[in-house]
Amino acid sequence: MTILLVVLQMLLYVLLAPLLVGWIRKVKAVLQNRRGASLLQPYRDLYKLFGKEARMAHTASPLFRAAPYIVFTATWLAAAAVPLFVTQLATAGIADIIAIAGLLALARFFLALAGMDVGTAFGGMGASREMLVSALAEPAMLLAIFALVMTVHSTNLATLVDYQLTASVLRPSYLFALSALVLVAIAETGRIPVDNPSTHLELTMIHEAMILEYSGRHLALMEWAAQLKLLLYGALLVNVFFPWGIARQGDPGALASGLFFVMLKLAALGVLLAVSETVLAKMRLFRAPAFLNLALLLGLLGMLSTVVLEVGL
Amino acid sequence: MTPAHLPLLQQVLLVLAAMTLLTSFVLLQQARLVAAIHAFAWQGVLVAAMTLIVAVSENHPHLYFSAVLTFSMKALLIPWMLHRLVRRLELDRHIEQLARPSLVIMAAVALVIFSYWLVLPIVQHGLEFTRNIVAVSLAVVLIGLLMMVVRRQAVAQVLGFMSMENGLFLAAVSATSGMPLIVELGIAFDVLVAMVLFGVFFFQIRESIDSLDVDNLNRLTESREDT
Repeated sequence: MTILLVVLQMLLYVLLAPLLVGWIRKVKAVLQNRRGASLLQPYRDLYKLFGKEARMAHTASPLFRAAPYIVFTATWLAAAAVPLFVTQLATAGIADIIAIAGLLALARFFLALAGMDVGTAFGGMGASREMLVSALAEPAMLLAIFALVMTVHSTNLATLVDYQLTASVLRPSYLFALSALVLVAIAETGRIPVDNPSTHLELTMIHEAMILEYSGRHLALMEWAAQLKLLLYGALLVNVFFPWGIARQGDPGALASGLFFVMLKLAALGVLLAVSETVLAKMRLFRAPAFLNLALLLGLLGMLSTVVLEVGL
Repeated sequence: MTPAHLPLLQQVLLVLAAMTLLTSFVLLQQARLVAAIHAFAWQGVLVAAMTLIVAVSENHPHLYFSAVLTFSMKALLIPWMLHRLVRRLELDRHIEQLARPSLVIMAAVALVIFSYWLVLPIVQHGLEFTRNIVAVSLAVVLIGLLMMVVRRQAVAQVLGFMSMENGLFLAAVSATSGMPLIVELGIAFDVLVAMVLFGVFFFQIRESIDSLDVDNLNRLTESREDT
């Protein structure tokens, strides 16, 4: 039963990821007075790409062919560790937040390698930019995580979510960690102030520049992995900071309501993201370090306020 | 013990204290003067709100008056005066970048840790729930001082000075439930007079060195250092 739940959650991650992207695109379209594509358009895109022939550059090494599978699997594994609608899974023991950061780093490493592999100018540029962003985003993410786990004394996500459910307290450190994680999530998933997800040929693109050489099923896997990553960060944010409604045990009623609430929260998060992407302009690439320094500072302040304001009361 | 044992009002107080610290960092790094003035006004709002909460939860009626005074002075009057000055000096689009922003921020973080270490012995003397805020208020004072050191723009330095005063006031509220009313009134008027004098000085400085970058005052002659 519990193994079944784990499989169900993993499948839900894969199946819901394109839906979230479709939802964000739809809300953005409505905000821009367009009708927008249907919510299912990302699924159709993936289906189309899987049906197409995968072309390779002559200079591509075997790594180029393997990278999409590695990136997708690593992201999927990382996602499976984040509780989506139920906390006490059979895999709860390995749902360690630092392991998730590591798996995402692995995916990013291979993504950057694949970008450089063919030897085109855009791929190398994209890889170097991705590394610039992630080298700054990762410490900020870890600091924000430390600010969270200092109160729980565990880096286990299931424990963290359970703790949040039982003790709903207003903590300054959580506010700081939330804002830091939001900034990191925006940078890591390539959303608008840092990278533009809807561009395909722009000099300042980051993610698209790395996967420019991919086609067919490889491109589909890369795009699916990016959508999974967005869902992963969304689930992380809503379940750690707003865990209300998440199921704790595996009885069907609780599971159904947990799924309903998490979808509701993710939809709200999608609306927020779409609104922020509509009102904000993409910033210059060289402003990205300042943006991520702010995230780092917020994470640091979160840790400090845990020590200064919350301990020893 | 953890914040979970505190009543909601005091949890809000802790959050407000943390946000006051954040506004100090914003003030320190904000390159645009008008935005920095807004950050200072928000700091005033936060300090006034914290005073109000202490007044409510500790039942100190005279703190209501302090809260109103702080709000009207720090959140409305002084920011408005600074705003008007900046507009009259035509500095509203002025941008002053710090030479090494991340280094300055790290120094400010170090100051926070230092002030925490400094107040540890005070905290052990059993103040009430506000005791943890003493460290924050000391940090606000020290960051204000740091701001006066690293910013070259005279208006920004005045902002640092005023935020130091915010920190001192916060320390008084959190450590001793506020100062006597007469002292508070005196300080309020001092700050107000200082503000007026600063306004006059700005014009004087600008007239004599044609800029508000006070680093220019270090040089005795018109000649450049490298010639």
